[in-house]
Amino acid sequence: MIGLEHYLTVAATLFVIGIFGLFLNRKNVIVLLMSIELMLLAVNINLVAFSSFLGDLVGQVFTLFVLTVAAAEAAIGLAILVCFFRNRGTIDVEDVNVMKG
Amino acid sequence: MIQADLYIILPEIVLALYAMAALLGAVYTTKDGLGPLLVWATAALMAVLAIWIATQETGTRVAFGGMFVDDAFARFAKVAILLSAGAVLLMSQDYMARRGLLRFEYPLLVALATVGMMMMVSSGDLMSLYMGLELQSLALYVVASLRRDSVKSTEAGLKYFVLGALSSGLLLYGASLVYGYTGTTLFSGILASAHHGEVSIGLLFGLTFLISGLAFKVSAVPFHMWTPDVYEGSPTPITAFFATAPKVAAMGLFARLMFDAFGNAVSDWQQVLVVLSVLSMFLGAVAAIGQRNIKRLMAFSSIAHMGYALIGLAAGTQAGVQAMLVYLAIYVTMNVGTFAFILMMERDGQPVVDIDALRQFSRRDPGKAAAVLILMFSLAGVPPMLGFFAKLGVWQAGVDAGLMGLVVASAVASVIGAFYYLRIVFYMYFGAENEEPIDTHSSPVLWTALMGSAALMLVGLFYQFGVEGAAAAAAATLVN
Repeated sequence: MIGLEHYLTVAATLFVIGIFGLFLNRKNVIVLLMSIELMLLAVNINLVAFSSFLGDLVGQVFTLFVLTVAAAEAAIGLAILVCFFRNRGTIDVEDVNVMKG
Repeated sequence: MIQADLYIILPEIVLALYAMAALLGAVYTTKDGLGPLLVWATAALMAVLAIWIATQETGTRVAFGGMFVDDAFARFAKVAILLSAGAVLLMSQDYMARRGLLRFEYPLLVALATVGMMMMVSSGDLMSLYMGLELQSLALYVVASLRRDSVKSTEAGLKYFVLGALSSGLLLYGASLVYGYTGTTLFSGILASAHHGEVSIGLLFGLTFLISGLAFKVSAVPFHMWTPDVYEGSPTPITAFFATAPKVAAMGLFARLMFDAFGNAVSDWQQVLVVLSVLSMFLGAVAAIGQRNIKRLMAFSSIAHMGYALIGLAAGTQAGVQAMLVYLAIYVTMNVGTFAFILMMERDGQPVVDIDALRQFSRRDPGKAAAVLILMFSLAGVPPMLGFFAKLGVWQAGVDAGLMGLVVASAVASVIGAFYYLRIVFYMYFGAENEEPIDTHSSPVLWTALMGSAALMLVGLFYQFGVEGAAAAAAATLVN
């Protein structure tokens, strides 16, 4: 029987993979966008699992908002990335280093 | 029913509809000629909305089943947000126009970000919190990279985007855990189930994630890494915007979430905020010492100032929230003036950000140098200026709440931090002569902002323009 804890474990695993992808990835900014997406989708699994467990629809409504915002966020991220590529000619994470902070 | 709800969020609706209508109008007509006009129109609308909101005396109103709260706290924060956003827009017009950056999108994106901020400080539900936060953040990512042909600006936008999205993810994960362990996303529902001593471990995890996400937005250490780069890379008017309105909104949201949703579990979040506050103050004070770039210096300054404001929040009392709000109001005023001066700094039409260029500035322009002196003293917290009383307020609240260690640490940090503010003053008055002096390009708006803000640092000692009373009322509605 698959219960709530299984869903939460999957979501937590995906979320942690997303965070590690963000910090350990040295190759490509596109991978960063994928990691961000992975984190948001992990949250969605969490919300839907809780929603189903609690018998309460609010969690699924929240999921729809998150999906919409994630789409807008990806669009803006790609747009900024295109501008960056035009100026710099590369999208390697190691090359995002004009300013050292 | 729905009319009553819509009436409560009318200021937000007006600003959002204005932004969308202006966007359509600008796209369908002449393109870039509309920039200056839209800057003035947006700033005027923001001023009108601020007056409208400030003169509403209606107590607490709740719309959409508790998702949107309009109370004295939200009104205080909204007035501060609208006024500072409008002021920064006006200040930026001249700078942006001379560098060909005054596209019509700029004022409209600022307007949309402002709608998001107003939503944030009024949120009464995790969903409206998230939507407001994202509306603000998405608009800010774009304005950070507004100078499309500059490597620095696009890099700033990219860094801000990646780290901002990470923080939204953390916040959202926290929100999902809080929802799961309380069964509701409404702040009032969370408040009822999160009592001190019986906070479940899952809820505690959710709370921690939420705090981490918000700490990113207020750029509290250890979630501050984006701040110096974004401040340095963005065009200066946009840096000025980042340093003012979004900080008020993020601190307002922080306070609202902590008290409206977790007000019964103060001891569970107090320690976290104490740590964030101490780290921010010390890193802001120490890391700024090595900076020669005044925009990076102001970034560390804003990190330190958020640390001081967090003392008020960490106190967890009504007096603490009041002190925090007064601190934010004074902080925003000081920053508007300081950035007005940074916008003036240039040489042969090119902006200058190196503080060495300020050497012997007082000889060339004693009036502006005196204004900057007052602002720097105020930022450092030197006693006769208003900035000192802002710090005194949060210290008082901290001592009353029994956070003696935090207050002592913050006094030490403010002494360390005074060094780099006073160094600017030293350069201006006693520095060795510089071969490459700056000339200040001054427009009437910038001059008014600089002088007005400096004058307020002195006038504020005698007359507070009702800020104190409004902050007290705001704190009273939030903490009860």
